[in-house]
Amino acid sequence: MSANFYFGVEVFLNGLMAGVMYSLVALGFVLIFKASGIFNYAQGVMALFAALTLVGFQNGQIPFAHLINAIFGTDLHHFGWHMPAFLAILCALGVMILFAFLVERYILKHLVNQEPIILFMATIGLAYFMEGFGDLMWGSDIKKLDVGIPQGGNIWLEENTAFLGGEDFYGFYLDNLDIWATVLAAILVTSLVLFSQYTKTGRALRAVADDHQAALSVGISLRSIWVIVWSIAGFVALVAGIMWGSKSGVQFSLSLIALKALPVLMLGGFTSIPGAIIGGLIIGVGEKMFEFLIGAPFLGGATENWFAYMLALLFLVFRPQGLFGEKIIERV
Amino acid sequence: MKMTKLAAFAATAITMASPVLADLVFPSLSYRTGPYAAGGIPFADGYADYFTMVNARDGGIGGVPIKMIECETGYNTEKGVECYESTKGEGALVYQPLSTGITYQLIPKVTADGIPMHTMGYGRTSAANGKVFSNVFNYPANYWNGASNAVNHILDINDGNIEGKTIALVYHNSAYGKEPIRTLEELSKKHGFKLSLLAVDHPGQEQKSQWLQIRREKPDYVVMYGWGVMNQVAVQEAANIRFPMENFIGIWWSGGEHDVLPAGDAANGYKALTFHGVGKDYPVFADVQKYVVEPGNAAGAGDQIGTAVYNRGFYAAMLAVEAAKTAQEIHGVKDITPAMMRDGMEALVIDEAKMTALGMPNFGPSFSVSCENHGGPGLGGVAQWDAGAKEWKLISDYAPSDMEVIGELIVEDSMAFAAENNIEERCN
Repeated sequence: MSANFYFGVEVFLNGLMAGVMYSLVALGFVLIFKASGIFNYAQGVMALFAALTLVGFQNGQIPFAHLINAIFGTDLHHFGWHMPAFLAILCALGVMILFAFLVERYILKHLVNQEPIILFMATIGLAYFMEGFGDLMWGSDIKKLDVGIPQGGNIWLEENTAFLGGEDFYGFYLDNLDIWATVLAAILVTSLVLFSQYTKTGRALRAVADDHQAALSVGISLRSIWVIVWSIAGFVALVAGIMWGSKSGVQFSLSLIALKALPVLMLGGFTSIPGAIIGGLIIGVGEKMFEFLIGAPFLGGATENWFAYMLALLFLVFRPQGLFGEKIIERV
Repeated sequence: MKMTKLAAFAATAITMASPVLADLVFPSLSYRTGPYAAGGIPFADGYADYFTMVNARDGGIGGVPIKMIECETGYNTEKGVECYESTKGEGALVYQPLSTGITYQLIPKVTADGIPMHTMGYGRTSAANGKVFSNVFNYPANYWNGASNAVNHILDINDGNIEGKTIALVYHNSAYGKEPIRTLEELSKKHGFKLSLLAVDHPGQEQKSQWLQIRREKPDYVVMYGWGVMNQVAVQEAANIRFPMENFIGIWWSGGEHDVLPAGDAANGYKALTFHGVGKDYPVFADVQKYVVEPGNAAGAGDQIGTAVYNRGFYAAMLAVEAAKTAQEIHGVKDITPAMMRDGMEALVIDEAKMTALGMPNFGPSFSVSCENHGGPGLGGVAQWDAGAKEWKLISDYAPSDMEVIGELIVEDSMAFAAENNIEERCN
């Protein structure tokens, strides 16, 4: 086989890995949409906020320090500790659960029975509020995120596959961070599936997802379910924030990762957890292979963004509910 | 009448007899929020701190206090234009929009309103031709100078011969990122290197395809025109594929501390172009400490002093103040108008003696501006990141760019603009 063939395989594998990273973001959207019919525009900002909070705890940063200093003329910035990553993750998760409570208490509770577009607009407001709140709380500077996940090319894989393609092939390149993301995504999806299938709360979640009114009639508290779902989405956002933040540092453009999740949702469907994974993989591989085979050699490159959406659009035309989404039939 | 009352009366009479000088207004179109805030904050802080220092230390420019009006653009073109419209009535002397998109929108507006605009190291490159662009200045260096500075540095480390070498340009897929392509194409013909172009779509969080291509093609050097998150991801991806960092050169907009710090030690050796000093080992920073920091008047959180982009804002403000001083000298008045400020910018001379007197020896290149040349000579230096010390180190002098190639491109582009807009050449 020629080196080019193996380079193609390498691009394919990296496309799968990139797809997993997109899926991590898409999962949060699916969870909330499935349980409440809300397209949560704030999911990307939740990932940013979770990552900011995690780094803040890790570095012992004093929240709202700039604001406090501006008002009282103090010079506060850090508590002086460095929190272990695991503990900081737990604390950040606690903040995301608190956030879920507050969202339910102050937004969702007041919008029960409103049109989906109203709920969608509420999440737009929430997104911009959180972006500003995160800025005020933790500052706008770019923060290095290190929770111990290794980064860089996997040298073992590179060395042990270098023999495949002759002199021009240097072995397969896979980023250690992406490999970790894949393992984490697998654990996450398995846990979510087990949780929804085999726990009482999981069954309640599925009941609410199927029919709000019916779930209410058998005594399931819609408000508790929303808190649980937003908490789980907050946890997924934290995982996505960790993986993406490790790549680029934690910064405000992290909220834009939501743009990468949209074609995944269009393709995989808004209501399917496996759909988010499979959709992510198809988008990841599709955009990377297109860039490798056609985009870079013939179109000047940078085709990935629009190709992902075009691919999703094609699927939409033939299967509007996405690959795994539920077909919505409304009786009139 | 008692003596004290007499003295007070005399003082009031003297004050009323003197002409009332309005403040000299310098708007700051900043972006402290949004995805690009990490780059916007240090520039805005540096810009503000220099003016604060001049007010506190010198009582303003020629005795007239400076009034800086900050307006948040969020790096958004529409908001930038709104900022311009809402502040120009305050008597704004010069605009520094800090965005190529805003610059393009403001070129016809500032020209019509007679207000000068300074786009230092960004904006429309061919605005360097003062014969066509009467109110736009981009000294001391522009995007095309940057491309040539990078190639010159590569020539320097290869004993002047780069024939057969490959240089890859990783660029933000926008008007800004595409700016150096034409210059690099011309330089590749001149020096015989192969140019490989790799576009990265906004915002640049995912660059796996581009860096896998670099790993496959193994270019000798990578030049980057990036912005925002694209920079941090590119530095990390380069480290991941073990691309030699000393062969990776970013334009000045890819050369902030925030661009390299997230990659940690892996970013060691990465290079970035610059047209101003790095760090705070300059006498002027003692004045910043005394007149700005200690009285508690530092802009923002006061934690950016000496960073690369802070120094850029600081340098931009210094050039604005020096141009205002020049305008005051030319016109013999202290209370200058935007038209006078434009004259001052067009007659600006920055030399080492002046920089030393300002407490900024070798902080920037020596250059002069003229009616014909609003861009200066395009001198640029190279800074290298020391990850251990967490600081940039200037590793070259401010060297000239290839004006033989760039000059022709500037004339070609600016004359096309003049023809499209029926602009008559000036300076004849």
